[in-house]
Amino acid sequence: MASLKDLKLRINSVKSTQKITKAMKMVAAAKLRRATERAEAGRPYATRLQSVVSSLASRITVGPQSPKLIAGTGKDETHLIIVATADKGLAGAFSGNIVKAARAKAEELIADGREVYFYVVGRKSRPILNRFFPGKIIGQHDTSAIKNPAYSDAQAIADDIIDRFESGRFDVAHLAYAEFKSTLSQVPQVDQLIPVVPAEADEGKGASAAVEYEPGEEEILADLLPKNVAIQIYRAMLENQAGFYGSQMTAMDNATRNAGDMINKLSIRYNRQRQAAITTELVEIISGAEAL
Amino acid sequence: MALQFELVTPEKLVRSDEAHMVVVPGVEGDFGVMEGHAPFMTTLKDGAIEIYASAGSEPERIAVSGGFAEVGDKGLTILAESIEG
Repeated sequence: MASLKDLKLRINSVKSTQKITKAMKMVAAAKLRRATERAEAGRPYATRLQSVVSSLASRITVGPQSPKLIAGTGKDETHLIIVATADKGLAGAFSGNIVKAARAKAEELIADGREVYFYVVGRKSRPILNRFFPGKIIGQHDTSAIKNPAYSDAQAIADDIIDRFESGRFDVAHLAYAEFKSTLSQVPQVDQLIPVVPAEADEGKGASAAVEYEPGEEEILADLLPKNVAIQIYRAMLENQAGFYGSQMTAMDNATRNAGDMINKLSIRYNRQRQAAITTELVEIISGAEAL
Repeated sequence: MALQFELVTPEKLVRSDEAHMVVVPGVEGDFGVMEGHAPFMTTLKDGAIEIYASAGSEPERIAVSGGFAEVGDKGLTILAESIEG
């Protein structure tokens, strides 16, 4: 049985752990508010841009001259999954869930006979993907030094991805991230990024109407499509950021509560043992006095 | 008789509203959009969009720089890089 001193030490160590998790929870809560604001503010632009691009994609007549980002490479063999996760842990299953969704998608594609590669944004997904799909990670972007994702970071990732796409390294790109629903719920998503998914055409109208472009279709698309890729990645990073802090807050809240339970249990044991020790001592003294 | 229009920047959704007519500074000239405009897509030059809430009313001006405007079935969407004020 643990001695009184051992118990005291354990109680103290759990107490200091609790202090740390409590502090982390509060830091995460403070950061969460700002990250949520940023994620929510960025959403309308990303969704509008996506809908503009996909409605363009549904109306455009695909020819050999069409930009590849909208028309695709004409093949469907090599897929790239961009897995955006957090850089740090201590956030429950946040990164794990994103990787799980990406893995499910990858296995589905492999089962269909496709080649799958990964591009890693954020550190947490790398070890898991390496274990399940060794040698399939063809690129990564280190975000560990970035506190708040900026548009320029997303731009850099998008440029890298588009470069690889133009040189024919893959045919289809997917983006895996977690959509921030609330502090308690982040939903892992795998969206197709390249080529653009055309919007469902409305029955009978719209689809046939020709769009006029100024200055010209090519110039606009050349500008718009890479921008859309960057914006979608930027959005994923913002959603992830908010989701990460939400998840971390919940995880740290649980940890703080568990530490509290543990302290209670240990304290009860400590007190019982202390009382037992006192009782034994008293019995010894009384029986000693009686013997006189 | 109302045109659905939305003005968004990467930072936020600035306006989502109905208007009688909106004048947009396209790269090849300003153009007005009313309900039922044909599908149209253009890049923007720096300038001001003018929002006419109803026919003949005083326009409300919002300065925008850079970006795109799209006219589709659902109305006018302006994706500006940034706005002033």
